Amino acid sequence: MSVGALPRFRAENIRSMLRHGLITVAFCCFIAAALAITQHGDWGAQMVYSLSIGLISWLFIDVGRLLISGHREILWPTGPWGYLLVAAGVLAGFFGGNAIGDAWTHQPLLNFSSFEERRLATTIIITVTATICMCFFFYSLGRSKYMRSQIEQAQRNATEARLKLLEAQLEPHMLFNTLANLRVLITIDPPRAVAMLDRLNNYLRMTLSGSRALSHPLSAEFERLADYLELMSVRMGERLHYTLDLPADLRDTPVPPLLLQPLVENSIRHGLEPKVEGGKIAVRARQDAGRLVIEVSDTGVGLGATQPAQSGGSGFGLEQVRERLATVYGDQGRMSLAAAPAGGTCATLSLPLPPHA
Amino acid sequence: MNPTALIAEDEPLLAQALKAELAAAWPELQVAAIVGDGHSAVREALQLLPQVLFFDIRMPGLDGLGAAAELADRWPTDEAPMPQLVFVTAYDEYAARAFETQAIDYVLKPVQPERLRKTVLRLQQALASQPQHAKPAAADEALERTLAQWRQLLNAAGAGAGAANGGSAAQAATAPLKMIAASEAGGATVRMVPIDQVLYFEAADKYIRVLTATHEYLIRTPLKQLLTQLDPEIFWQVHRAVVVRSAAIEAVHRDEAGKLHLDLKGRPEKIPVSRLYGHLFRAM
Repeated sequence: MSVGALPRFRAENIRSMLRHGLITVAFCCFIAAALAITQHGDWGAQMVYSLSIGLISWLFIDVGRLLISGHREILWPTGPWGYLLVAAGVLAGFFGGNAIGDAWTHQPLLNFSSFEERRLATTIIITVTATICMCFFFYSLGRSKYMRSQIEQAQRNATEARLKLLEAQLEPHMLFNTLANLRVLITIDPPRAVAMLDRLNNYLRMTLSGSRALSHPLSAEFERLADYLELMSVRMGERLHYTLDLPADLRDTPVPPLLLQPLVENSIRHGLEPKVEGGKIAVRARQDAGRLVIEVSDTGVGLGATQPAQSGGSGFGLEQVRERLATVYGDQGRMSLAAAPAGGTCATLSLPLPPHA
Repeated sequence: MNPTALIAEDEPLLAQALKAELAAAWPELQVAAIVGDGHSAVREALQLLPQVLFFDIRMPGLDGLGAAAELADRWPTDEAPMPQLVFVTAYDEYAARAFETQAIDYVLKPVQPERLRKTVLRLQQALASQPQHAKPAAADEALERTLAQWRQLLNAAGAGAGAANGGSAAQAATAPLKMIAASEAGGATVRMVPIDQVLYFEAADKYIRVLTATHEYLIRTPLKQLLTQLDPEIFWQVHRAVVVRSAAIEAVHRDEAGKLHLDLKGRPEKIPVSRLYGHLFRAM
């Protein structure tokens, strides 16, 4: 949602202001009641003073915060402006409210010329404390509402990302071409067709369920890569060669599922598929200074030649890997993309190894 | 003489399968060659001069559309009539739908015998109606017919490919481009160029040259994508690599070889017109 375009006084904001006003009224009644009982003062006069002070402060602060904070989502001024606004609101409420109260009772409650120290102090303390409490309360209310909306937004984003991932994995071209190949193999080479069908089966199962599990062993990740690469090499024939290199001691290292898949897909789609003679993909895992390093390198057309606009959201795969790294490993997970020495592209992932591995 | 065909398909199994299905559906047809990329397709086609082309839309190097457009320009029409063109695609639902409405052809992978027989029938009819040793006028007419067919086929496939790119084409079509952020040739500065000043666009290797009366700029958007953002009334594609402002066209010339060139107001260059777009400049 574009925050800049929100109108200041939209219905939602006015509603929340009125709600604040009602709460303020209730609170003022409570204070007036408390004062009337403790000071045995006039019930009606206390009410007028209390309501005048409260409502003026409320109007001043609530309208003020809308005017100053303007179009942002948390409708509260940041930094010194927030405090200044509250202080100004308190002053306005205090003097304005007292003036109204004095007019109502025809005698000043606080005679500033004949300084009644105790009374003045009580009124000031009550006004200040009450206003600050109310402000803090409303601020928290607004903030929690904002937080809730942020959480909902984040959930929507996560769902959308998962759908996009699924869409990328189950790209129709990939699926239909694979099926077309399968159809050919069924008649000319049934055993190979069965093997290909099994790979496709694994690939689909992983794609459809994989995003739900949090992690799986690196060996499982490599097996899924093998499924995908095997499918692709049936399709591309001699144009695709691949190697997968996973040291035995890293087999059980947990990694997020399908983390490497988008990198391998990128290599094929943007590296090897556009290249007439095809080439090689090598996926290598190794341990380096207590970290797990995984390289996906290809001998394709290379970084400069790719035209993301033409291939329909190609940036999505990389962005997705980066985001997942950040979610799982924070700033401990790194990815870099570089031109490979032999032409083509090399993507390098570097992850912290879990302590026991 | 038996008709010959060329198959351009980058997936070897699918190429073999198409050949096998064709052998069953059309035993007389000889598959002269099978190639795996667009550039080889153009080269082999120009050498073998087959009567029928089966082109995969997605191929490495040069895609099926690009290969066809290049062939349309370079085909030696005095040696052999333009071939019949059939696109092969696994999944281009938009393109497929566009083709459905026309009498021209495409084949969806995996190739199904039933569907392929229909294609073969159409091809046989088209080949039969081609004048074998015809008078020049009839040959011209046949060429024009084939060109019109190819034009439709390329447009349909091109529109399909554009729409398949995440619908960005459809989105852009509603808002024609007003300004172009383009880098100055050889410089690191990006200039905002008003579209009203652009006289023509020319696709070079990995970028497009944007030419105004006085300057040349470069952008990296593929021509295919740029086209979706241009008003087709104002900018005409006259060549697979050139789009010109129609109002800037001053004259059209035909050289000895029968090729068309444009003179633009405000530019010294001669702009080549592809055979596919020659119909735009036929005298009314």
